[in-house]
Amino acid sequence: MNALLNIIKNFPRYLWSGWGAVSSIFLFITLWEFGFQQYGELVLPSPKNTFHTLWTMLHTDNIMQDVLITVKRAIWGFVISAGLGSFLGMLAGLFVTASIMSRPIITILMGMPPIAWIVLAMIWFGTGDNTVIFTVVVASFPIVFVGALQGSRTLEGDLKDMSDSFKAPLLMKFTDVYFPHIFSYIFPAWIAALGMSWKIVVMAELLSTPDGIGAALAVTRSHLDTAGALALVTIMIGFLLFIEYVFMEPIKREVEQWRD
Amino acid sequence: MAGLDAELHVQHLSHSFGPHEILRDISFSLKEGRVISVVGPSGGGKTTLLHLCAGFLDVEEGKVTNTFNKHAFAFQETRLLPWQTTLDNIAFGLKAQGMKKQQRYQLATEIALRFGLEKKDLSKFPKDLSGGMRQRVSFARALVIEPQLLFLDEPFSALDIGLKQELQQILIQLISAGRLTVFFITHDLMEAIKLSDQIIVLDVDPGRVAHTFTIEKPQQERDDAYVYAETAKLLANPVIIKTFELSIASSRNKSDNGVTA
Ligand SMILES: Nc1ncnc2c1ncn2[C@@H]1O[C@H](COP(=O)(O)OP(=O)(O)O)[C@@H](O)[C@H]1O
Ligand SMILES: [Mg+2]
Repeated sequence: MNALLNIIKNFPRYLWSGWGAVSSIFLFITLWEFGFQQYGELVLPSPKNTFHTLWTMLHTDNIMQDVLITVKRAIWGFVISAGLGSFLGMLAGLFVTASIMSRPIITILMGMPPIAWIVLAMIWFGTGDNTVIFTVVVASFPIVFVGALQGSRTLEGDLKDMSDSFKAPLLMKFTDVYFPHIFSYIFPAWIAALGMSWKIVVMAELLSTPDGIGAALAVTRSHLDTAGALALVTIMIGFLLFIEYVFMEPIKREVEQWRD
Repeated sequence: MAGLDAELHVQHLSHSFGPHEILRDISFSLKEGRVISVVGPSGGGKTTLLHLCAGFLDVEEGKVTNTFNKHAFAFQETRLLPWQTTLDNIAFGLKAQGMKKQQRYQLATEIALRFGLEKKDLSKFPKDLSGGMRQRVSFARALVIEPQLLFLDEPFSALDIGLKQELQQILIQLISAGRLTVFFITHDLMEAIKLSDQIIVLDVDPGRVAHTFTIEKPQQERDDAYVYAETAKLLANPVIIKTFELSIASSRNKSDNGVTA
């Protein structure tokens, strides 16, 4: 509760510190304009043209509907992998055998290209939400799992002895000793998994569904509508930046301030 | 239970880590209101002995009986929670007892200031504190719960001289007021003479009682001259010479302010 208040309190100052980021985005747009002047409209439409397309897209098409569908899928995939990965990872971390046994499985999950999962998922689930969500989960789950596993594997006997010496009750041992430690491993894993979910969801949609941003991207490709494709990419990046910098970063600052 | 005869009784205690024999046949008894110091070179098994008495390690051979009903620790490596502020760290034991937030923060603040911490340090995390400050926090965390028996594992070793004397003075006051029983571990013979009623010298490899002696003079009456004189007397004792000769050879680089200093 306190943490939440702090996040809100520090938010304006944090936003103000974002001017550096904003200027680097403008620099990027300048380079983009430069590329357009070199290669022409078909290869790289100008930022102006792209933003204009984006504007009309947001007003005329049902693009917001697609965006919502995509966001919903990404969030479902993320929530499932975060929940499952945190729980199973922590559990596996408590047992030496389980941690050793889970390693090759994780290596396989991490090493297998998501595109292969998409093909399998399409065979198993057909085209639709399930295929996309499944692919997101297989791609993000291992990241969270490994984070949680390391978190619970590295719990220290020293701090447990300390809390025992003060006869701390079990609940307090959990909230004050175990949880903050494990969370410090799980939280960065969540952030990585969220980024992963957002990338995978678009890819899976492009190949396997009739709706969502990925599907819209497939349509622009078949029409050779480069400006439309870039407009969609802009939407995706906009979302990513929004989630990363408006949600995750302030939370991260608050929960990780005790770290070096 | 809490009565006048609470004691920590150790009988024929031995301990090994695997094939390595650490402690052999240790016996002593710590009665309420008294201070026992265990001195000996680093690596001699002092921390192990303390952990056995405290129940962190299972007793394999011998017997430990502890009838004190509230004890606290100050650990050698402080063991503060890195994700909690100074204030929360100090208040840890109070929170464990179920004390309300406002009250425990008040007590923790009082003791922190008394132990030479400043107001602005209270909201800092351990990473932003110096080694000496961290040890103060750890010491405050142990004392704020007003324990009956206090286990101290070289709590002063990272402190500068001034603060060390200040904290020793606080300890002496509490001891003289009859409110505290202390099991104190150190590699500093002078510190032991200053604070204890009884000193156990631990020999190394394996750790066993080389010598035990008692100091009758009340702690408050032991001035510097007395402490120096007693230390000198002890250092002339052949048993001590033998024990600490070993320590000079084996732990010169480890001990920063030991008896060799
Ligand atoms: N958990 C452990 N497992 C194995 N060996 C240990 C363990 N703890 C301490 N030791 C060893 O026991 C010996 C005594 O250590 P310790 O009790 O910390 O000495 P001191 O506190 O007197 O410096 C050292 O050689 C140390 O390496
Ligand atoms: Mg030690």
